[in-house]
Amino acid sequence: MHGPSTYEPKYAASRWLDKRLPIIRMGADFMAFPSPRNLNYWYAFGAILTMCLIVQILSGVILAMHYVPTVDGAFDSVQRIKRDVPYGWLIQSMHATGASMFFLAVYIHMFRGLFYGSYKAPRELVWILGCVIYLIMMATGFLGYTLPWGQMSFWGATVITGFFGAIPVVGESLQQWLLGGYSVGNPTLQRFFSLHYLLPFVIAAIVGLHVWAIHHVGQNNPIGITEKSKKDTLSFHPYYTMKDGFAVAVFLLIFAFFMFYLPDALGHADNYQRANPLVTPPHIVPEWYYLPFYAILRAVPDKLAGILLMVGAIGILFVLPWLDTSKVRSMRFRPVARVFFIIFVIMCFILGWCGARAPDDIAIKIGEKMVDGESVAYGMKFVTLSRIATIYYFAYFFPILPLLGFVEKTKELPESITKAIHEGTA
Amino acid sequence: MSDTHTQENTHEDGHSEDPSRRDFIYIATGAAAAVGAGSVAWPLVSQMGAAADTRAAGSIEIDISKVAEGQQIKALWRGKPVFVRHRTAAEIAAAEADDAADLIDPQADADRFVPTPEGNINPAILVMVGVCTHFGCIPVGEAGDFNGWYCPCHGSHYDTSGRIRKGPAPKNLEIPTYSYVSDSVIKVG
Repeated sequence: MHGPSTYEPKYAASRWLDKRLPIIRMGADFMAFPSPRNLNYWYAFGAILTMCLIVQILSGVILAMHYVPTVDGAFDSVQRIKRDVPYGWLIQSMHATGASMFFLAVYIHMFRGLFYGSYKAPRELVWILGCVIYLIMMATGFLGYTLPWGQMSFWGATVITGFFGAIPVVGESLQQWLLGGYSVGNPTLQRFFSLHYLLPFVIAAIVGLHVWAIHHVGQNNPIGITEKSKKDTLSFHPYYTMKDGFAVAVFLLIFAFFMFYLPDALGHADNYQRANPLVTPPHIVPEWYYLPFYAILRAVPDKLAGILLMVGAIGILFVLPWLDTSKVRSMRFRPVARVFFIIFVIMCFILGWCGARAPDDIAIKIGEKMVDGESVAYGMKFVTLSRIATIYYFAYFFPILPLLGFVEKTKELPESITKAIHEGTA
Repeated sequence: MSDTHTQENTHEDGHSEDPSRRDFIYIATGAAAAVGAGSVAWPLVSQMGAAADTRAAGSIEIDISKVAEGQQIKALWRGKPVFVRHRTAAEIAAAEADDAADLIDPQADADRFVPTPEGNINPAILVMVGVCTHFGCIPVGEAGDFNGWYCPCHGSHYDTSGRIRKGPAPKNLEIPTYSYVSDSVIKVG
């Protein structure tokens, strides 16, 4: 880990244990981990995400005790959990809302990493492991959304597994292999349940690597310069356990608000209809946290190209550490990059908005014209808007960030974290 | 003395020093291990494919005499809907007229049918898998820019022959494997 261990076993029993399995030492060193003293609340999302993962695993294990993973039983068993199982309404709502909260927290965590340059050397692997976690989270969320076996569950699963059918030559066989049949059916539901139960534990294992890596290289901080002396750091406990604890409490207020008062606000009404393979809902939309990628998928009129772009939108994150050529980590000292970053965030929201709407609807109305005696609005369509946002999304990573490293004139970096704090710039 | 012995060993007693012999053992061991690993992995991978009962439930019979002109029925086949559309004369004419149009997936209307027991083509009864070739949604009938089918998911337009004309879908609506059992009954699958 980071620096020599400071743990001294006090009792005969703990000395005995320390010689054989230094597990208390590991925990003590973790708690005493020297963290930069200028971390702000954006750095609390690691703790918030840990809490989210624990909530999802705990509530999920309980739900699995009552859920029936068959096409005949799934829909009814979820309704039974909500209505008849003691506190089932609470645990189901906690798990469903929890998924949204998990993604909300992970997006803030990722944008924080993008802004403060937390993906740059020596933290490339921390970032890449994070991207792997995010990717498995997306898979887990998708598998889980299929389980209630409502209309959106079924048709979402049909559309997503259809992506694999677009792969040349082997696509159709691959799709049948994934589904266990000619279409989404009972074998699909049962394997999705099995994998949905498995993946969170894979996430937990990779979170272990993610945390191990960040403890090895040390945390980044809002000014992005490395700690130079002990004065620049604080012990993780009690300073950041308290700060993270407060952030978790505030986050739980938002969580609880949705869980108790708006449990269905983040879902979709169509999922209260039982899955029907003969009727497609008029407007298929994924959960809110996939909307930007869904918009990228639909921005292209070609099936395979759309999928490749969507996959590429996540894939490009993996190579980001080598695309950003600037030596300065934090965007606090990068006046030009900061503007491009803010536009990037806005574009992500625009993509989300486009993903939620029909491609041919009017996004930005310019005026009205008469067509066949009817007044019809005209202006920029959602598909056009999503194309602009998609182009910017990719342009931000390439060529904007690679070029800025060469042309941008960055602000002067402070000498140390402590000095920056005294000058009021940290 | 021992030096001489080692040299002799390398030159004459190739039993333990011949590199090609050693490499062969490594490669043979590795190959056997790879075959073993593969033969254990294959059942674990293969079990995910369609099971025998799923594959067995693969064919259905449909009575087409009950489908009136201008009407369409949906039958469930392999978990997917099959459209049986009794086309009007105007729809047939429109479909045939568009054979020469600029098609995304070129196919003549007449090629989208199987022969009846008499060996003729019955262009009135169009049988298709009712699954959009884009991402598998179910298109809505008598809709879209070509009065054929329209997929609400991502806006693909199909004509009265079920051919893709506009939108992101790459292919025409699929014609399943089917045959005429009699003049009024077809067997799909």
